[in-house]
Amino acid sequence: MNMTIIISVIAYIILAPIVGGLLAGIDRKISARMQGRVGPSILQPFYDMFKLMEKEAITVNKAQDFYVGCFLFFIIVTGGFFFAGLDLLLVIFTLTLASVFLIVAAFSSNSPYAQIGAERELLQMMAYEPMVLITAAGLYLVTGSFNISDIINPENGMAIKFLPGIFLGFVFILTIKFRKSPFDLSMSHHGHQELVKGLTTEFAGKTMALIEIAHWYENIFLLGIVFLFIANGTVWGAVAAVVVCLVTYFIEILIDNSYARMKWQIAINSSWIVAITLGFINMLVIYFSKFVL
Amino acid sequence: MSTITFLILFPLLSAIALLVLRTDAARGVIVKVSATLIAVASIYLAYQYFGIGEEYFDFANETVNLGMTVIEVLLAIMIIYLGIKYKKYLASVLAAIQTPTMIWFEVKVGHHIHVTNNLYVDRLSIIMVLIIGIIGSIITVYALGYMKDFQHHHKDQPDRRPFFFFIMYLFLGAMCGLVLSNNIVWLYFFWEITTLCSFFLIGYTKTEEAINNSFRALIMNLLGGVGFVIAIVIMGSSLGTLELNQLIMMGMFGVPAVTYVAALLAFAGITKAAQMPFNSWLLGAMVAPTPTSALLHSSTMVKAGVFLIIKLAPLLGWQSLAGIMVMMVGGITFIMASFAAVSQSNAKKVLAYSTVANLGLIVACGGIGTYAAVWAGILLIIFHAITKSLLFLCVGTAEHNIGSRDIEDMDGLFTRMPKLATYMIVGISAMFLAPLGMLVSKWAAMKAFIDNGGVLLVMFIAFGSAATLFYWTKWLGKMVAIMANRENIQSGVNKDENFVLSTLTILTVIVCLIFPLISKTMIVPYLIKAFPYVDPKHMILALSSTNMTIMVIMLFVLIVLPILFFGRTNKKIVPIYLAGANLGDDLTFRGAMEKEVPVSLKNWYMEGYFGEKKMNVIGVIATVVIITGVFAILLGGVL
Amino acid sequence: MSYVTKSPWLIHYDGSSCNGCDIEVLACLTPMYDVERFGIINTGNPKHADIFLITGAINEQNKAVVKQIYEQMPEPKVVIAVGICATSGGIFKECYNIMGGTDTVIPVDVYVPGCAARPEAIIDGVVKGLGVLAKKKEAMEKGLPIDTAKGKEKEEA
Repeated sequence: MNMTIIISVIAYIILAPIVGGLLAGIDRKISARMQGRVGPSILQPFYDMFKLMEKEAITVNKAQDFYVGCFLFFIIVTGGFFFAGLDLLLVIFTLTLASVFLIVAAFSSNSPYAQIGAERELLQMMAYEPMVLITAAGLYLVTGSFNISDIINPENGMAIKFLPGIFLGFVFILTIKFRKSPFDLSMSHHGHQELVKGLTTEFAGKTMALIEIAHWYENIFLLGIVFLFIANGTVWGAVAAVVVCLVTYFIEILIDNSYARMKWQIAINSSWIVAITLGFINMLVIYFSKFVL
Repeated sequence: MSTITFLILFPLLSAIALLVLRTDAARGVIVKVSATLIAVASIYLAYQYFGIGEEYFDFANETVNLGMTVIEVLLAIMIIYLGIKYKKYLASVLAAIQTPTMIWFEVKVGHHIHVTNNLYVDRLSIIMVLIIGIIGSIITVYALGYMKDFQHHHKDQPDRRPFFFFIMYLFLGAMCGLVLSNNIVWLYFFWEITTLCSFFLIGYTKTEEAINNSFRALIMNLLGGVGFVIAIVIMGSSLGTLELNQLIMMGMFGVPAVTYVAALLAFAGITKAAQMPFNSWLLGAMVAPTPTSALLHSSTMVKAGVFLIIKLAPLLGWQSLAGIMVMMVGGITFIMASFAAVSQSNAKKVLAYSTVANLGLIVACGGIGTYAAVWAGILLIIFHAITKSLLFLCVGTAEHNIGSRDIEDMDGLFTRMPKLATYMIVGISAMFLAPLGMLVSKWAAMKAFIDNGGVLLVMFIAFGSAATLFYWTKWLGKMVAIMANRENIQSGVNKDENFVLSTLTILTVIVCLIFPLISKTMIVPYLIKAFPYVDPKHMILALSSTNMTIMVIMLFVLIVLPILFFGRTNKKIVPIYLAGANLGDDLTFRGAMEKEVPVSLKNWYMEGYFGEKKMNVIGVIATVVIITGVFAILLGGVL
Repeated sequence: MSYVTKSPWLIHYDGSSCNGCDIEVLACLTPMYDVERFGIINTGNPKHADIFLITGAINEQNKAVVKQIYEQMPEPKVVIAVGICATSGGIFKECYNIMGGTDTVIPVDVYVPGCAARPEAIIDGVVKGLGVLAKKKEAMEKGLPIDTAKGKEKEEA
């Protein structure tokens, strides 16, 4: 038991950046094809990362690197907790801590572009946070535990059967978390924009490389939550869950390429409305069937 | 026993001494000595009863009862007089209803009821005494330096510091009495003293605004007091007891009249804890000097309200109407106050709304009334007291040194006052980030809500937490912003203030580190006593011991990381990007017509979404409907 | 081989161009030319950029800006002057406010003349720039001073 935990955590730490980087590469390739372009090599994200590592070491102040380092560290810890099968709320709170470090790093530069990016990132956090907490609450109510190792217990069956609304709501806010259009407000993977590079404007060279790696870790962990909805402890369940993860990611790419960026008001309105409707109604049904019937 | 007497009476002695000896030097000595003694006494009390855990004391004395009644009458006369003098007749009317009723009751009924135990100590009151004794008294030390500066800044006002410190110490004594009284009449006596003390502290500056706000606080708390008196009358006449522990016992056996008493006492608690619709008194209290806000909002006053509700928690819960009222009021207050805090740029107002919100969370925990919820509630009380007092005092110091309490003016505080900014960063982080205190308890609260709170409370906490995250992080962002080329003015901070701030900061971190220990030795034993129907072996806390250990380890990592790595970089420091027009100092850029334009960055306040007024109106209407609804149903049951 | 040539991110700055060259630069990003297949990204942020692509002549107003953007780019970096105006000032050379080509303020590594420069020429210029970038990276690794003016080559349109 303990051995499997250690193995899965080590596997996460080693494999997540590789898989995450590849996913990012595939993402760029698919996006290019959707736009009728050839697109870069699938390994392009790795080239980018290694190049950033080779660049001159510059920073705007002595504190920023520390915050970015903490961001990466706590993102890895978040995923580590997740793949160790610990408490889902603990995982969510650690993720929040990590995200706050990223925002703080941008704020610390006192640069207007970085600060506006940071404020928007914060706004996005406020937009998705309720849905994330509702997701955790929903999984708990269905499976009776916050522990990830218990959630995928075969006895519980597929969580998605009871949580279709919450699943859809979570996929909706994943658009924000994956930094996809129409909600890539704080920083965008695409070219010119009014914020220069938003949150990451003042991160150069190695610092930027750390951010890229952190995002790969983060994306894998987020897909891990999608995995939880489907997995039921059996092999075919795991296969189905991986397929659903990939399909979800593809849908996010499709959304990314079919929408222009929207205003921040729409980001917060829509995600809160989704949380209130899909999340709330689904919760209501669960409560009703659990406590009233 | 003698420690208890000391804790109640010694602050009173200090208070009188402070009123009589009016020189700065004498005041400094008295405050420092008294604060130390009170803190030591509270720790000694904890040590004394650590093993025993719980003890009740007879301490029956007719003269004490008589003395209390006389003081109550005098206070009522004073309120009536002040109400008429300042044309706030409602205060007079409430006082004129309250005290005669109380006296009528005393003479008619109360007199015949034998009270076995007037005082008691249990682990919850030990926790409260520690909070009052340590946090409360350290705030008075801070007030020494602060009030000196304050008088310096407000030369036009008469120096009423002796009175100020008199009230502060009186307050501490009354609070100790409040958390140690088992006799509900005594509890009520101390309750009214805290109401009156807060009235004087809020009205300290005697400006028109201060007077209005102090009367608002007085009226709202007197309203709660009326509820309290009715509760005592019902309790005495239909239950035949005046003892708190008896009341709770009867409640557990399902004596019907207890519901009414619990609802009325909970209502009194709601007014004191500044829950909606009564939150406006706490916001109005911001006109007072900062130590007052710190004292009222972190360790005393409002904590009296939540203390009573947590104490009554075993009687609340879904099975009782009072419980539903309390949890809904708490939940609505939490979400609405959290939203309102987003729209504020005045640091003290942000803190005030955050206080109201956190109290809402505690009240909701009390309302749910399961042991898991109460566990979260008590942890919230502890962490909130320390962290909030730290933040209030930080804002006070910032205000005196940069001349503003607006968050927008705290630009570059990290460069200008690095120490103060660090204290604030610790304080702010401790309010909402894992693995620090408030988050731990919020986590527990969330779990309790999901288990027993129903779907609505889950939604409240989900959305409220998101807003909490937003307003704290944007403030945190201001704090960490590094502006080169700003003058360092840290040395201007008063030595006493600096000592208090650093102590509180260290305390914040230490309590976060040892909270599993506090839980194990203090809170869980209390819960086992308070919830006798729950088998201790099956008492599953919201946070498993694994999670608690992980939290402590994470905190340890978070302490070590900055020590090892913060600021250690040998990278080349370059200017920030200002579209190629940075003039080199990172603070100005070359604008049109070669003009130098300063970089000015402002936070988001989202007035359209979270406007203070809108949130208050919604919250007040919702809570008024709930409270009147519950009381209407209860009244319908009587008639 | 250095990764710097596999992922050249560029910042595009419009000096006082007539926008002809700018349109052509943007044309490079379209599916027709798709420079992203070389890993090229238009970042818009000097701190992320490896290549400074400049169009139009330098005037009194923007010389400080061009200089600062150049300084804010981390090493190794190359400057590519796109279009005849960026190369020498072009038809604006004699204007009262024009200082001349890009090399009047910052060292230029590759010149891509043309009015307007064709997308093929621009891509060619960038690829030439990659060679310079690799050389600079090499110099950086060896600890040699990076001679910014070295490797100056002219690219014929």
